Amino acid sequence: MDLFEYQARDLFAKHGVPVLAGEVIDTPEAAREATERLGGKSVVKAQVKVGGRGKAGGVKLAATPDEAVARATDILGMDIKGHTVHKVMIAETAPEIAEEYYVSYLLDRTNRTFLAMASVAGGMDIEEVAATTPEKLAKVPVDANEGVSIEKAREIVAQAQFPAEVAEKVAEVLVTLWKTFVAEDALLVEVNPLAKVASGDVLALDGKVSLDANAEFRQPEHEALEDKDAANPLEAAAKAKGLNYVKLDGQVGIIGNGAGLVMSTLDVVAYAGENHNNVKPANFLDIGGGASAEVMANGLEIILGDPDVKSVFVNVFGGITACDEVAKGIVQALELLKSKGEEVSKPLVVRLDGNNAELGRQILSEANHPLVQRVDTMDGAADKAAELAAK
Amino acid sequence: MAIFLTKESKVIVQGMTGATGMKHTKLMLGDGTNIVGGVNPRKAGTSVDFDGTEVPVFGSVAEAMEKTGANVSVLFVPPAFAKAAVVEAIDAEIPLAVVITEGIAVHDSAAFWAYAKSKGNKTRIIGPNCPGLITPGQSNAGIIPGDITKPGRIGLVSKSGTLTYQMMYELRDIGFSSAVGIGGDPVIGTTHIDALAAFEADPETDLIVMIGEIGGDAEERAADFIKANVTKPVVGYVAGFTAPEGKTMGHAGAIVSGSSGTAQAKKEALEAAGVKVGKTPSETARLAREILVG
Repeated sequence: MDLFEYQARDLFAKHGVPVLAGEVIDTPEAAREATERLGGKSVVKAQVKVGGRGKAGGVKLAATPDEAVARATDILGMDIKGHTVHKVMIAETAPEIAEEYYVSYLLDRTNRTFLAMASVAGGMDIEEVAATTPEKLAKVPVDANEGVSIEKAREIVAQAQFPAEVAEKVAEVLVTLWKTFVAEDALLVEVNPLAKVASGDVLALDGKVSLDANAEFRQPEHEALEDKDAANPLEAAAKAKGLNYVKLDGQVGIIGNGAGLVMSTLDVVAYAGENHNNVKPANFLDIGGGASAEVMANGLEIILGDPDVKSVFVNVFGGITACDEVAKGIVQALELLKSKGEEVSKPLVVRLDGNNAELGRQILSEANHPLVQRVDTMDGAADKAAELAAK
Repeated sequence: MAIFLTKESKVIVQGMTGATGMKHTKLMLGDGTNIVGGVNPRKAGTSVDFDGTEVPVFGSVAEAMEKTGANVSVLFVPPAFAKAAVVEAIDAEIPLAVVITEGIAVHDSAAFWAYAKSKGNKTRIIGPNCPGLITPGQSNAGIIPGDITKPGRIGLVSKSGTLTYQMMYELRDIGFSSAVGIGGDPVIGTTHIDALAAFEADPETDLIVMIGEIGGDAEERAADFIKANVTKPVVGYVAGFTAPEGKTMGHAGAIVSGSSGTAQAKKEALEAAGVKVGKTPSETARLAREILVG
């Protein structure tokens, strides 16, 4: 889960990374009091999870509380690269900036370790720095069990060749930033820019944090950081039911078991769509192993509730899960939806293979539901579902 | 001979007495796996009856190894306790730990991997978030259904569980030497490369099927490895061509970020290494069949 800047700022502050004061608001009028609390002037910063908001006009200085209201009025509701601004941060104005640096921790998947990245060329797109002047970006592996002590931080600072007068301060930031990374179960913590201001202090002026959803069991506070406004309503409904669902922009609803098989199903449907009016998959939905009638019903309900969906493809390979159970689940799901007054009107194509496939197919044949068609190969079923969606 | 797991393997189950552990221990026994014990400190000294097979429960991995000569552990330990369980397996220096558990936090998997490395990688870790591995007709360490296929000469390595089953099913008449599900998490123990190297060295494997998916660069690195080190034919499949950027597709590691991790890039890298890559699972199976059967 990627966080907004203000949420990153709050986590940084919690773990001792030096930041400026700031608060988040969602109405222009609230900018006045927030700015007054900061002594009468502020920076109004659009809160969107996309880069380049400064260039897009999403970051403005306000010299007075009235001006802050005016700037907040301009920025709230603004569209920045397809992201609507619902919140702005009213931040303390930065003291005069002398230098801009970059520091981050992230997972290095390739080497299966954590990585510290640091550069004295901060303030700009770090991918560009990495591409054009890689020598200016220090990359230092960090052992997950050893972590970042002040000695390790000094090693990172030395490799990135920070000027001597800020070296110790940057090292201290690196230690507190590591604390943030570990304590919050983050996948990424990034400060850009880390600014050296006129007084000689270093401050995190902007940051990015991404959190690990798998750590939710020990991070009860993270749920409150979710951006519930931005979630697609279907995705939000699926999440509430514990379903692994991603909304896409096609017409063929997809239900399958296992992440890899569902991803593969999306591809096969998209290929089949090339022959059928270019229809595409409408979603990713993995019902996992041991799909009960209830899980199947929940999944079908979400997918049938998507107005973009014209046909549904249920693609199950019975591993441990028995296909007769899956077939029963589909039949029961349709009955369940009917009893809820949500009678299905979109065609379903079902492919069952693997464990007890014959029994499962038999159950579907016997149920003889007018909207359910059995096709016994993945490619054939994808083609049929695409054809039905193109009608 | 197969890879990593044979009928001689002596298997223990960490988390055997939980519901998932019980279910799959029974299935593994049914597939002929030589299960010599379970581990649960709170139930040490007891035993569990699986349709007439008494499996003793030990207090620790080390004790189980000492008393039974176990050399493989399969872990069905819940995410919150998985790191401690893997660390215990590493401390006991068991040669193979198969971590089935789904949903382990990355800081935990990164920590146990770093720990395994610091201990000289005496324990091969497979997973986490994987279906385990099977050597058909000999032994099954994990949750791969034992009745899809028979022993044969195809080696399979895959990030995805259900695609493993699908591919074994498509090629069930030819059969498999071993099939290894390495998992789709961002940090995994055994990689495509490790399995490719083992299959290359295995005299009972004639062809390798490699299944990848979006995210990371494991397939690209596997392609480099194949080019330099693999003489046996390799057939590949990559899932996720139509996955949009920035959306996690079920597996924590299956995400396209910017230009990295796309299925197209992986396919191109594999093809450049001489791997025949199928567009769909069925086409991939056809390519493998053509090579082996003609």
